[in-house]
Amino acid sequence: MNARREINLTINGTHYAVTVEARRTLVDVIRDDCGLTGTHIGCEHGVCGACTILLDGEPMRSCLMFAVQAHGRSLRTVEGLQRGERLHPMQEAFMRHHGLQCGFCTPGFLMLAVGVLEKRPDLTDEELIEILSSNLCRCTGYENIIKAVRAAAVNMKAPA
Amino acid sequence: MKPASFKYYAPTSLDEAVALLAELGPQDGRILAGGQSLVPTMAFRMARPAHLIDINGIAELATVTVKDNVLAIGACVRHAAFEASTVPGVTGALLRKVVQNIAHYPIRTRGTFCGSVANADPASEWCCVMAALDGVVLARSQRGIRRIAAADFFQGVMATVLGEDELIVAAELPLLLEDTVTGFVEFSRRKGDFAIAMALVTYRLESGSIIEPRVAIGGAETHPRRLPEAEALLSGKMPEGGAFSAAAKTAALAIDPMEDINNTAGYRRKLVQTLLQRALETAA
Repeated sequence: MNARREINLTINGTHYAVTVEARRTLVDVIRDDCGLTGTHIGCEHGVCGACTILLDGEPMRSCLMFAVQAHGRSLRTVEGLQRGERLHPMQEAFMRHHGLQCGFCTPGFLMLAVGVLEKRPDLTDEELIEILSSNLCRCTGYENIIKAVRAAAVNMKAPA
Repeated sequence: MKPASFKYYAPTSLDEAVALLAELGPQDGRILAGGQSLVPTMAFRMARPAHLIDINGIAELATVTVKDNVLAIGACVRHAAFEASTVPGVTGALLRKVVQNIAHYPIRTRGTFCGSVANADPASEWCCVMAALDGVVLARSQRGIRRIAAADFFQGVMATVLGEDELIVAAELPLLLEDTVTGFVEFSRRKGDFAIAMALVTYRLESGSIIEPRVAIGGAETHPRRLPEAEALLSGKMPEGGAFSAAAKTAALAIDPMEDINNTAGYRRKLVQTLLQRALETAA
């Protein structure tokens, strides 16, 4: 019943081989077994979005998937956003526009916004608000998050 | 909370999955597709399946096909597939309208159409679509394939006629004729939340009068269904205020609404009347 399985995950380009019980959620394994604690756990039932990561480029709730299901897949978490010393344009924009206060929801918002904008760089304001309604923030009142993502959308299009 | 222990299986072929389900279904085995309803239920320990059969590795279940004017949606097709132009024509346009109302984007990238149908939540948008368009559920077991009409499939709150050894391999929707007008409106208190009620309408026009009207209501009763009483009041009428409000009033009276701590039966009736009116007025 508690049989453990060996799985391979590629997170931010780094390979991780871990042995886990089937009942372990992906977010728990990312944090506890792979040691990447940037991804946060909020509600553990898919409502808050704090655990949002990119699975093969698509934003998803890592608390609603078992780690064994991600065997052989490619994931991106908040640790993979910055390039060396240089922050990702989305991280820069969140700082500049005060898109965070306590920071608990921030990794989820960053991955959500980056994942969507990489695929659809020309989101309308209405679509952007619809997307950002996916995650909960209890500090900012969302206005500054919207401002940050709008600004980052422009900067992400500029050649690096 | 964390889900309880279970035994995990990842079949790579349909035959293998169906054989596993035949063996494990009677021993509290469940199918895992998108997991966006099952996994939270397991996290709350409201569900503690002994075995999970993960069908995500079965490539043939991830396809959307159109053949002989029937759209077939495979068991692993995600909600998000309907946001792109996966499905052509007015049927595709209707599905794009509906999908925006399902949870949130990061849920839609994982959750599946067929999983939503199997789960049969009263507030499921896809169940309402299946009822409205007279969709068909394809249930596969070692006994063969059973075709189940949506009108027979849904039995109550999260209750269907699906056997414990049966796997939904696809859901079929007949394509709407290209001159069909469609409307969909739902109401929930928070963006992405379960709808308290929803209304879906389709009709065509012949010499300026409504023909082949379909009216389906979801979220208000134990399961979504078409309302023949409301459809009868639209048939043969001009698509305008009088016929719309008569149909909406009749729908409100025809339903047997669920009640919960926030929503009385009376409130749900009024909501259904308003939503159907809006769905008819905004149908295009």
